Amino acid sequence: MTTATDAIRPGGGPSATGHAEEKDYLNVDNSIMSWLFTLDHKRIGLMYLASVLFFFFFGGVLALLIRTELFTPGADFLTYFVSGKNAAELKLAAADLYNQLFTLHGAIMIFLFLIPSIPATFGNFFLPLMLGAKDVAFPRLNLFSFYIYVLGALFFLYTLASGGLDTGWTFYTPYSTSTNTAVIASTFGAFILGFSSILTGVNFVVTVHKMRAPRMTWTRIPLFLWALYSTSLIQILATPVLAITLLLLIFERALGIGIFDPAMGGDPVLYQHFFWFYSHPAVYIMILPAFGVISETISVHSRKHIFGYGFIAASSVSIALIGFLVWGHHMFVSGQSPLASLLFSMITFAVAVPTAIKVFSWVATLYKGSIVFNAPMLNALSFIFLFTIGGLTGLFLATLATDVHLHDTYFVVAHFHYVMVGGTLVAFLAAIHHWWAKMFGRHYNELCGRISAIFVFIGFNLTFFSQFVMGSQGMPRRYFTYDQVSPELLSIYTRMHQISTVGSMILGLALTFTLFYLTHSLFFGKKVHNDSDLRWTGESMEWKAATPPSPHNFHEQPIAYNGPYDFKEIDHSLGGGH
Amino acid sequence: MSQVADHAHTEHPPHLHHHFHSSAQQAASAKLGMWVFIAQEILFFSGLFMAYIALRYLYPKTFLAAHEHLDVSMGALNTVFLITSSLTMALAVRAAQTSNKKWAEINLLLTIGFALAFCVVKYFEYSHKFHLGIFPGKYYAYTHIPGNPEVFFGLYFVMTGMHALHVVVGIGLLLWIYLKTRTGAFSAAYYSPVENVGLYWHLVDLIWIFLFPLLYLVK
Repeated sequence: MTTATDAIRPGGGPSATGHAEEKDYLNVDNSIMSWLFTLDHKRIGLMYLASVLFFFFFGGVLALLIRTELFTPGADFLTYFVSGKNAAELKLAAADLYNQLFTLHGAIMIFLFLIPSIPATFGNFFLPLMLGAKDVAFPRLNLFSFYIYVLGALFFLYTLASGGLDTGWTFYTPYSTSTNTAVIASTFGAFILGFSSILTGVNFVVTVHKMRAPRMTWTRIPLFLWALYSTSLIQILATPVLAITLLLLIFERALGIGIFDPAMGGDPVLYQHFFWFYSHPAVYIMILPAFGVISETISVHSRKHIFGYGFIAASSVSIALIGFLVWGHHMFVSGQSPLASLLFSMITFAVAVPTAIKVFSWVATLYKGSIVFNAPMLNALSFIFLFTIGGLTGLFLATLATDVHLHDTYFVVAHFHYVMVGGTLVAFLAAIHHWWAKMFGRHYNELCGRISAIFVFIGFNLTFFSQFVMGSQGMPRRYFTYDQVSPELLSIYTRMHQISTVGSMILGLALTFTLFYLTHSLFFGKKVHNDSDLRWTGESMEWKAATPPSPHNFHEQPIAYNGPYDFKEIDHSLGGGH
Repeated sequence: MSQVADHAHTEHPPHLHHHFHSSAQQAASAKLGMWVFIAQEILFFSGLFMAYIALRYLYPKTFLAAHEHLDVSMGALNTVFLITSSLTMALAVRAAQTSNKKWAEINLLLTIGFALAFCVVKYFEYSHKFHLGIFPGKYYAYTHIPGNPEVFFGLYFVMTGMHALHVVVGIGLLLWIYLKTRTGAFSAAYYSPVENVGLYWHLVDLIWIFLFPLLYLVK
């Protein structure tokens, strides 16, 4: 690409005088202030990346504490962290601590990691690059939303310091209006984080509409951007409903306005409706960007045009839209009318159609491709496998009769971890390996990447498949101990919990290892001097920028003469006719 | 930054940000951004409207009895204020589009005036309620209404309070636009901020137009 550009511009210009002296977005200015006040979407993306990874590891440590406690049926591990006069008091205090641990684990992972994970990091970094634009439409708003994120995160940390939170991440009334933990601080934190999410969504929608390179029609937009676009629609239309819900909860707690309080004539189930009207679409905020990443990685690393471009793009949008109509499936046992439950169940099944279209299209893309089993591809394949299990077990839960049995058991825990961790986190890993060299101009160690992908897969399955088994045997979620059951159940629960805990340790080690070799590569990784050093490139526009990209992305306006998946070598091998 | 400034921009007015190709692209982006933002504002208030629907459906008699204690004439006066302010706002946008600086300033000041008048009326309404002992939620202390009127007034305070907050934010935005207009920042070539604040202000007006009948005109 570089040589072609030089050929067009024979005399003068920075690229003709040589790339060596030219600054990229990382070394253009090294001062701290130039980072804190940057308007460059790439730097903002990296600041998000550092923040979300920090909170991910924080939430991960909480998860390991939970798993360690559950290794044995009784109360033991957590009692070392609390004080009490006798065994009964110790157990109660440890149980309270347990409640706070799973609440913070959930709240931090969802609000501080999963929601911003892919859109705010890779989305910010690559959306303008993939569109051939210099930046997002509103760079100042972009920086502002990062600082709102930081502010909201500080509220969460304050919650931790001021007595914790034990409501579960869902903040269900009436418990959330009566517990004496820091509900107001944490809900206000989530309220603030919502604004960050909304503003990022507004920015992305406008950027996709107005900032596309010449000739980049809607059918030449990379599928990652279709996914981000659909995600942004949900962020804009669902998040404000969470904002008002959390405000009402704060008013309920501070003033007792009674909208959710049956003693004053309010309705606590109304809270659940409000909450899930956001929080179900929020699941798609977390998973749709992951779908986008998988479309990119599968296509690039099998060197094949994506199968069913139009269907994948349309399925992203339709998942976003149908996702607004299914919130009631979280409330099958809340006392909502059977007719409502029936309709919600039916619409929930409808989500499976566009989702299956995606999975089949990815598999069809792999067919007869020249597949390379590198780290991004291994993670992408792992995603397809894990997400399929996560998605199909969702159908068990969407079925009214089975849901009554499985509701509030570890089956549900396993299901959403298969989607959120096996889906979003694994896609996040695929993305970070796929674009690492482009982002930082250094190569990570490929062998380490493959080992990590395999151990994440093993650790993850050990952790959560065992939870499907114990959940189907009736092990309830959010329980601190499980020693008060019949001997045969006790033996199943204990064995499954132990497998799960061992798996979580493997997963934790694999992820720590990933963090280690990626950080190592930032300083000691093999340098990318020009694009021929890259182990792979794609046809979408981010690959046409320099490595790492220059502060303003492109030296001259790129033009979308072809689609993002028209790989040259494929045209050769097939002779153009198939 | 400077080493990539080799793009030969033929025209580069001061208001044009570097990452846009043209003023038209920038203006279209700003406008779309505002419309999308308004969509989220509507969804924000929709939560309150849904709560209103649910509770009114549960307690129609309480709503009927409690709303009698709201002052319809004050609400109607505020409605007139806001609708008129929407007119002056629209005139201000038009004046900015036609580079009529003086007329834009006058209309912006009028809009701010109506917005302040709205807040003053709201202040008298709230203080009258507080005087009677009609406080939100558990502080409610007025016993002359049958049923559970604290739910109605809880909603009343939250809905009008959230709306009033938007009015206050609007006054801040209008003031900013007014000061910028005085410096001559806007003209037929560049008026996006005026237009966007105008869109926001119409939304504030529109929400009140729904709040007024729902709260004051239950009968």
